[in-house]
Amino acid sequence: MSSPVLPKLVGARVKRREDPRLIQGLGTYVDDIKIVGMQHLAFKRADIAHGRITSIDTNAAAAMDGVEAVYTGKQIAEFLAPMPIGTPFPSPEHRAVAVDNVCFVGEPVAVVVASDRYLARDAADAIVVTYETLPAVVDPELAMTGKPAVIHEKFANNLAVPLVPSGTGVAPDGSKMDDTAINKAFADAEVVISQRMVNHRLAPSAMEPRGVLAHFEPGKRTMTIWSSTQNPHILRTMIAAMNGLGEDQVRAIAPEVGGGFGAKINIYAEEYVAAAISKRLGIPIKWAEDRSEAFVATIHGRGIIGYVDLAAKRDGTVLGLKLRLIADIGAYNMLLTAAIPTLTMLMANATYNIPAVRATLTEVFTNKTPTDAYRGAGRPEATYFVERAMDMLARELEMDPAELRRKNFIPKNKFPFHTQMGAVYDSGDYEKALDQALTNADWKGLQAQRDKMRAEGRLVGLGLAMYVEVCGIGPSASLPTGGWEHSQVTIERDGRISATTGASPHGQGNETTFAQMLADQFSVPFEHVTIQHGDTGVVKQGIGTFGSRSQAVGGTAILMAGTKAKAKMAKFAAAMLEASEDDLVFENGRIFVKGAPAKGKSFAEVSNFAYIPVPLPPGLEPGLSEEAFFEPSNNTYPFGCHISMLEIDRETGEPKLLRLVAVDDAGHLINPLIVEGQIHGGLAQGIGQAMIEEVVYNSDGQLVTGSFMDYALPRAIDFPRFELDATVTPTPVNPLGAKGVGEAGTLGSTPSIVSAAVDALSGFGVKHIDMMLRPEKLWRIIHGKDGKGGQA
Amino acid sequence: MIPTAFDYQRATSIDDALAKLKASGGKLLAGGHSLVPLMKLRLSEPGVLIDIARIPGLAGVSEKDGEIEIGAATVHHDVATSALLREKCPFVADAASDIGDQQVRNRGTIGGSLAHSDPAADYPAVMLALEADILIKGSSGSRTVKASSFFQDLFTVDLASDEIIVGVRFAPVKSAAYAKLHQRASHFAIVGVAAALDVKGGKIQSARVGLTGAGTHAVRLSTVESALTGKPLSKATIEAASSNAGAEIKDINSDIHASEDYRRAMIPVFTRRALEAAMARA
Repeated sequence: MSSPVLPKLVGARVKRREDPRLIQGLGTYVDDIKIVGMQHLAFKRADIAHGRITSIDTNAAAAMDGVEAVYTGKQIAEFLAPMPIGTPFPSPEHRAVAVDNVCFVGEPVAVVVASDRYLARDAADAIVVTYETLPAVVDPELAMTGKPAVIHEKFANNLAVPLVPSGTGVAPDGSKMDDTAINKAFADAEVVISQRMVNHRLAPSAMEPRGVLAHFEPGKRTMTIWSSTQNPHILRTMIAAMNGLGEDQVRAIAPEVGGGFGAKINIYAEEYVAAAISKRLGIPIKWAEDRSEAFVATIHGRGIIGYVDLAAKRDGTVLGLKLRLIADIGAYNMLLTAAIPTLTMLMANATYNIPAVRATLTEVFTNKTPTDAYRGAGRPEATYFVERAMDMLARELEMDPAELRRKNFIPKNKFPFHTQMGAVYDSGDYEKALDQALTNADWKGLQAQRDKMRAEGRLVGLGLAMYVEVCGIGPSASLPTGGWEHSQVTIERDGRISATTGASPHGQGNETTFAQMLADQFSVPFEHVTIQHGDTGVVKQGIGTFGSRSQAVGGTAILMAGTKAKAKMAKFAAAMLEASEDDLVFENGRIFVKGAPAKGKSFAEVSNFAYIPVPLPPGLEPGLSEEAFFEPSNNTYPFGCHISMLEIDRETGEPKLLRLVAVDDAGHLINPLIVEGQIHGGLAQGIGQAMIEEVVYNSDGQLVTGSFMDYALPRAIDFPRFELDATVTPTPVNPLGAKGVGEAGTLGSTPSIVSAAVDALSGFGVKHIDMMLRPEKLWRIIHGKDGKGGQA
Repeated sequence: MIPTAFDYQRATSIDDALAKLKASGGKLLAGGHSLVPLMKLRLSEPGVLIDIARIPGLAGVSEKDGEIEIGAATVHHDVATSALLREKCPFVADAASDIGDQQVRNRGTIGGSLAHSDPAADYPAVMLALEADILIKGSSGSRTVKASSFFQDLFTVDLASDEIIVGVRFAPVKSAAYAKLHQRASHFAIVGVAAALDVKGGKIQSARVGLTGAGTHAVRLSTVESALTGKPLSKATIEAASSNAGAEIKDINSDIHASEDYRRAMIPVFTRRALEAAMARA
């Protein structure tokens, strides 16, 4: 009995067990699920940005063969309450289907139920809606003056959130404000950097658009709802509440989910409508979003203007930061809309020990698709504003951008660090990440190479950005749903292990990482562990996957439930082996007394005894299934440093990313291969924002980038080989020491690239360039056609 | 992304396709990479689609009497990877390899691209630089149109509704190149220039330069061509000839990806780049 102990899997580059089925097309998504008698929904959507509905003629649609029902917004409102939100801010009434006014292109105005999807769409097209057109509110800064129209009567000047202050001198509830410190910082300043920056809107563009299938069974009075969602448990809560059902009467299932990027946290109009109609008609109702709908009906991300003022001494010491934020949130508050820009405020302190920081936030309604969480959700915006300003300061002071950062870092011996914004950074060693990145990039050598290329007439620039983000969300105080996560670990009768997680993954690879953890914890083969998720009928409780929380919070719950199950298993094994449970060893799927492996029992033997306990050992209940809830004491604050090298074609303005060096610190890593994959994905979207992606509306509020013919997503060919590395600063807030990594790539890459572009064009007097880096925009700067004297 | 209902018919021969076209008044379907997206957006709602993609003999690259013929149903990928083209007329393969993305190249056809004549498509510029013959068959017989008179206006070509493009034919040119500024979403051309040079003894005997992306349809840059003809092949000649390229074009496209100003400025750049690359092959 001396077979080698199973290799440790935690920390190993285990390939994702999810991938074979996904690559082979064997995944089951919402739209793959069919139920006998199922009917299909199609939505008639507003084709103008702002208007009053004057008439809706549904006769032609209703008369079509195979059309089961047609509902206008008014009719839907008779059996469906207004859409709920998850933030404490005041909100205008938002009907799933518009009743009086339409407020963005794509807003539903009527619904068709028909026997097939094509017919449903034909019928939706046959509905005739007339409008009295109202002026489209497109520019958020103009909107703040009430021009050209007020969208929601009760919200004067389109102010969803008029002005929320935060930071130095502001009482936590905002009731008191003392400007002494912030005023002094600016009075003492030898240099002040002031810049307006736009962090533009993005379309999340998950590979799988949204979809829902709602099945109310009138006999049982139960609702099963399949949805492409990141959080089936939140969906369950909302669907139950909106349909007058108990949570015990609703089962929400997220089957395979093809990406979410935050956009599938929200519970959408289509989900509420499908469920309500299913309940009303007593038949299964399906809706599958098409790509054109996804551009207008799924939330957008970002959309924040930042006015940044940075006060410093000429030696580079930062004295104060003011950040005035204007969020263009679109037409309505969705589940978390109003909360997302508050994360930008929360992270305004960045990685720096700034004596005085003051942020203010104004949120503005416009006639656009609502914004909500998109990968990074508020933190990339904060990072972008602060890091761009730090870069401008370095340029102004002719300091090395790395050294300016180093001078202002929160020192590593100051953690946990209470920021001016009220966050408590758990742990950090920013200098180490910076130094690692500088070494990996060969920063001095890179600068020399840039200078040499410039001497040849090439437009080459370097950019560096630090980031810190708030992840592992979080304590229950930080989420309206509670911030814990849940798991149940079961040793099945045959000795195999199944574990549930409420952190429902949609690309994060948790079926792999969680199985790695349990395989190590029990010393069983990886193949003997199955992770169950995404079904509230199987996973009794959960919150979901967002805010880079699934490993830090969900993983810890797995660990805790595993610990409980293992302890109970040890008790049964101890009874069988007539030994003390403290003397037992779990090894290679067997349990034995230390030093006597030959006398051991297999997992199947112990489990069989646990489920058929004859006789039942005293003090034990039968079975081996234990659950745990993990409530983190704090969020986690991962960080890192990203360095970019960019070349701009002098003739065409086309930017090309030459190098991307990233050092990310997410604490302990369970699976570095999956972590790298997460960083690659984040980088793609961070680089995408800087260089390739942009939601564009015209002055009528029409979405110009309404398809992939005009909304560009990055392709592999747009990237150099990413040069990744990690430092490891464990978090003290969970026993795994894991901080979360899903969003990290979107944080540092974006400002590093824009700073590289500014560096490349510094010879033309440019100090800041707003994203995204369209070739024409850069060409205009190079050729003096920007009409802004370099202040493009 | 849900088209209206349509009937689908598969043609077994050109004559069968012509008969079906006449009988139904439908639309021809080959690779479907221009038509089907329009149908999904309900911008095109044909009642009948006649699939010509599998007509025997309609796809393939071949050589006959010193000329190359590409069948209308040949997909971009097969043009991009044709050994014959790579050897005798590599810029056609280059251009094909730069169309859209791999999925588009696996399905889209040269005949479909030419018939549709998107103002930003790549092939029209290439056909102009080749002064290719567009081979057309209709119910009243076959005819051939020179590329320079085939492209007429926005989405408008010299092709009647009862006619089918069966292929293109051209004399291969080695000293030719295609240079393109990519629209980064669609990867169509913001500006695309195809240039073919006939060089003898270091002198440009003749030049053909086709431009796409800039205006309503692909055009020859005749001012550039005449500025090159008879001149010694050199960077200086190319620089001089391309410096004002496109200035004579009245209507230049403008959109979120590129304003008129920018497009105008890019025509000389990509004309020069195409000519320099062609020179490198002379």
